[in-house]
Amino acid sequence: MSQEPIIKVENISKSYVISHRAAYDTIRDKLTEFVKKPYELLTKKKTKDTKETFWALKDINFNINKGERIGIIGKNGAGKSTLLKILSQITHPTAGKIELNGRVASLLEVGTGFHPELTGRENIFLNGAILGMKRSEIISKFDEIVKFSEIGNFLDTPVKRYSSGMFVRLAFSVAAHLEPEILIVDEVLAVGDVEFQKKCLGKMESVAEEGRTIIFVSHNMNAITSLCDRCIVIEKGIIKMDSDVKSAIYYYLNNSVSNIYKKSATNSKNPEIIKAWFENANGETTDQFFNGEKIILNINTSNKSHVPFEISIAFFDHIGRPLWNFSHIMHNLKTLPGEERLNSKITFNPPKVTVPKLIVDLAVGPKGGFPFFDHIQGALKCSIIDKNDGANYIRYPEWPILCEAKLVYQTIK
Amino acid sequence: MTEIVHKIIIKPKKGWVGINLKEIWAFKELFYIFSWRDIKVRYKQTVIGIIWALIQPIMLMIVFSLFFGKLAGVPSDGIPYPIFAFSGLLFWNYFSASLTKSSNTLVENENVIKKIYFPRLILPFSAAITPLIELIIAFFVYAGLLIYYQYTPTLEGILLLPILIFLSFLSASGLGSFLAAINVRYRDIKEALPFVIQTLFFVTPVIYPTALIPDKYQWILALNPMTGIIETSRAGIIGNQPINYGLLAVSGLIAVFLFFMGIFYFRKTEKVFADIA
Repeated sequence: MSQEPIIKVENISKSYVISHRAAYDTIRDKLTEFVKKPYELLTKKKTKDTKETFWALKDINFNINKGERIGIIGKNGAGKSTLLKILSQITHPTAGKIELNGRVASLLEVGTGFHPELTGRENIFLNGAILGMKRSEIISKFDEIVKFSEIGNFLDTPVKRYSSGMFVRLAFSVAAHLEPEILIVDEVLAVGDVEFQKKCLGKMESVAEEGRTIIFVSHNMNAITSLCDRCIVIEKGIIKMDSDVKSAIYYYLNNSVSNIYKKSATNSKNPEIIKAWFENANGETTDQFFNGEKIILNINTSNKSHVPFEISIAFFDHIGRPLWNFSHIMHNLKTLPGEERLNSKITFNPPKVTVPKLIVDLAVGPKGGFPFFDHIQGALKCSIIDKNDGANYIRYPEWPILCEAKLVYQTIK
Repeated sequence: MTEIVHKIIIKPKKGWVGINLKEIWAFKELFYIFSWRDIKVRYKQTVIGIIWALIQPIMLMIVFSLFFGKLAGVPSDGIPYPIFAFSGLLFWNYFSASLTKSSNTLVENENVIKKIYFPRLILPFSAAITPLIELIIAFFVYAGLLIYYQYTPTLEGILLLPILIFLSFLSASGLGSFLAAINVRYRDIKEALPFVIQTLFFVTPVIYPTALIPDKYQWILALNPMTGIIETSRAGIIGNQPINYGLLAVSGLIAVFLFFMGIFYFRKTEKVFADIA
């Protein structure tokens, strides 16, 4: 057997041309352009070039050996998904070369190609084939897939009548039974209930133990820690770090997550978060709190569709372990009215913990929570230090950590 | 189990690329499953299901016979109008269904294209193949009509049928792949296609014989591959006139041209599908 790396990535770059005009080209646009062009040439009045090159990935290099389990982390838009898409041959690099020495299966989404009109049974075959399984392979694993999915009697019901939970479970079960030499997984565990997520992680770990090579993108540091043995941090299309998991996560949380989240409102009609930051009881912006001190989290939202919405917040420690979360159902964070601009203040007294870095995920969703309109993982960070000795070692009370929050909101002019 | 090493090199793609038949063969199961899905989904939640494939051409035949055959008095080369119209509708329906489906297939499967790799040509091809089921069903109706009107097809005509079906497939899948590739970028195709197909219907001798067109314009009809296909099938099966092999050759060449043009344009543009879909 050769000792050659199973994946060789050499100088991979990918650029997109961003046009600042409409989202779709239409032939009409081309025609008006065609009519305008000669006129512009005559009058020498040049319209501003509205095209811009954006480098999603720049000069990416790494090798992966057989059996390695690589985590890839980075902020939204850092280029992780583009890298996975190039590795799965969905999109082509602008420059560079990749050598893959094995059968690749990529799982960039659960339930790709599921057809709502087809039954669960039929969709297992359809989805399996789309993911690259042979028919004979699907037949031999069929019972196992059905059992894993826990859908039971609904096997012959069209999936359009499934609950979203059942849908996700079935979809993941098919994917979990893939047996490629290289498995590429994007943030697919973000869906489904916690119990099923754990089951999936368990399944993936057992896959990993069989010596398969895995590339795993996630914002869930906990999942990365338990699954991977190496981790790459990507920031703005560049590899910032390629090391053991612990150092990579530490680097990411300390350098990539800022203490204020800001984004200009997009064209999206749905509610979205445009700014978030922490304040202390005196209303001063800060990211340092003492143990036991009151924390105020500010979230500004833009909402062009004027639908009522809900906020969900999750807190993690510096290595990505979940601490506590706030949502409408569990903590009575009230449903917010459909105002165009809102400032929400979530006030809470953190439980007795000291955490060097507290990482916050923010999301806005419709009534009931899912699916999220806007979900920012690793949006913010702050630290909680001990009041007496100023130390920032970790001290946890027993899990689950209970924490109560109060939400007040006001319209921003 | 023998370990087969799959070596894949990913590099930027430039310019024209050929058809990778080996790769398409490796994905034959996906090809099969896409076709199976389309057939399965087609008549879901209908009461009479596949019988619709019988009703549609029969109803059209009745309507055309009534309005064009009886009321307008369109000539039909001396054969009963229903059988004349049906012999044209057979191929025309297959062609228009295949063309429509394959042109829209990339847009409809946008989600899959963005998430999974497979040879993209599978999509327009399988979309052009599934309407064959309806064509076969329509052939049974056609056979019934022939028996009713007491026409015996010539052996030559029967032997030519598979070739005619194959040429229809080449034309529809070629043009379909071409339009599908444009459709990804310019959604105008989806809007324009129905009326383009309707127009094509009138420049194809489905409901009238080519003899109706003045000689100096005949060559325009010949450019449409479906003209040669429909005329040949009529001549061969019903035997109203000798088979015009010259016309068939022209149609065949155009069908082959459409096929390769479609594929090469598709292959040239496919690398950006996932980025712009």
